Amino acid sequence: MTEADRALDRIFRTESGAVLATLIRVLGDFELAEDALQDALTAAVEAWPDSGVPDAPGAWLTTIARRKALDRLRHQKIVQAKSGTVALLTRLEHEAQTEPDALGWSPVPDDQLRLIFTCCHPALSGEAQVALTLRTLGGLSIGEIARAFLASEAAIAQRLARAKQKIRRAGIPYEIPDRHSLGPRLDAVLSVLYLVFNEGYWATGGRELVRGDLVADALRLARSLAALLPDEPEPLGLLALMILHDSRREARTGDEGELILLEDQDRSRWKRDAIAEGLGLVEVALRMKRPGSYQIQAAIAAVHAEATAATETDWPQIALLYDELLRYEPTPVIELNRAVAVSFASNADLGLRLLERIERTGALENYAPFHLARADMLRRLDRRGEAREAYERALPFADNEQVRRFIELRLRGAT
Amino acid sequence: MKYVLLIYAAEKNWANLSKEEQGRIYNDYWAYTEELKKSGKMQACEPLQPTFTATTVRVRNGKMLSTDGPFAETKEQLGGIYVVDVKDLNEAMEWAARIPDAFTGSIEIRPVMDVSSIDNIK
Repeated sequence: MTEADRALDRIFRTESGAVLATLIRVLGDFELAEDALQDALTAAVEAWPDSGVPDAPGAWLTTIARRKALDRLRHQKIVQAKSGTVALLTRLEHEAQTEPDALGWSPVPDDQLRLIFTCCHPALSGEAQVALTLRTLGGLSIGEIARAFLASEAAIAQRLARAKQKIRRAGIPYEIPDRHSLGPRLDAVLSVLYLVFNEGYWATGGRELVRGDLVADALRLARSLAALLPDEPEPLGLLALMILHDSRREARTGDEGELILLEDQDRSRWKRDAIAEGLGLVEVALRMKRPGSYQIQAAIAAVHAEATAATETDWPQIALLYDELLRYEPTPVIELNRAVAVSFASNADLGLRLLERIERTGALENYAPFHLARADMLRRLDRRGEAREAYERALPFADNEQVRRFIELRLRGAT
Repeated sequence: MKYVLLIYAAEKNWANLSKEEQGRIYNDYWAYTEELKKSGKMQACEPLQPTFTATTVRVRNGKMLSTDGPFAETKEQLGGIYVVDVKDLNEAMEWAARIPDAFTGSIEIRPVMDVSSIDNIK
């Protein structure tokens, strides 16, 4: 890719979500909007190297896309003469004559929100929600989504096509949910963005520990969601959580990409400006006095970020925050995290007892972090044989190569 | 848009209910149906006889084969349908969530196909 290609790529990524959002509203058709945007992007690739990038690339793309949509409809009219096509064509032709030039276009926040809530509609499968969000709002190509989720391009293309068909055929509305359903609908959006972030940050499969692109995409989308809903504390909480996690990115892996645990990280490599931003956002969110799961998780990340050394960590505070978090999210994984916090706040014996309670439910049997937490507590208690067994039990469930390497290192160290 | 709301519930649960409990559910359905009618969005409402009354017919090689019972044995059975004409899927979901059997069974929402949009039907 040349420098010019990369510049184009950047513009497409940042502009296409907002442009598409407007096109869907204007055209009233998800697929037509996408096709028209693709036409406009193709036109840009041809025109911009000669004419230069316009001052308002989004406006340029919107104008061209509307024209291309008209062309497509005129063509369809000749071939098929569908009644719906004719009505839409008539309306668009009328608008093209009467509306002031769309070059004055700027992103419409409500359009973007409509698109976010449509992509993350609960009637779509979780996988479809993620793929649609990355494709339409994140501006990722099908190939990029396929690589990020270790799926084939054909599978992602089919997933997207199915989802768009369902939106149209099942009558999923293109609208912002009203007040009484905003809460649960927003939860769905937040969990899609957090899933994208985690897929990048923890990279469950594959060779590298961090897939930086997905992290950046998730951060960008979370930033725009927080800006679009400034009165909602949870999007701020999610953004803060992502920023605080990401502030440790450099310190999380060693020279050869291997995993370094929080307690062993070189804290001078944490990004101070990111931490400052994250802490500020947590404060703004908590001041709205409507606590929620992401705000509490961000508060936990904030306590870690404020400790200048691992031994300075305020573990009792973290254990308390996990108690609070369990009220919103009573899941075995949160129980596990609470047990780890308690093991540091009090002692590893107490932590182990909490882990036994989780173990009896069998819920985390196949979850590598559970066995790793147990192994670490046993190691701290100098119960080496049992620690070794626990590391070995984690091994088959660790899909990431770097996590496996970490376990193998510990196994060698434990003997 | 038109949607069919298919009501799936376990028939054997129904048989185990007392007369009073059954009466309460009938009343709930009555109230729900009245409200749906009043909203002007109900197109049809068809409760079905239990699956032991069902007959399944197939034609293979020009021969009609009929069997006793529903086309598939499932844990929950189709017990009735509503057809509603509402703004979009969100509104259909809201009505579906208020059907009495939604609290113990499942409601499947299926958009009705708009035949006028199919070009090759004469």
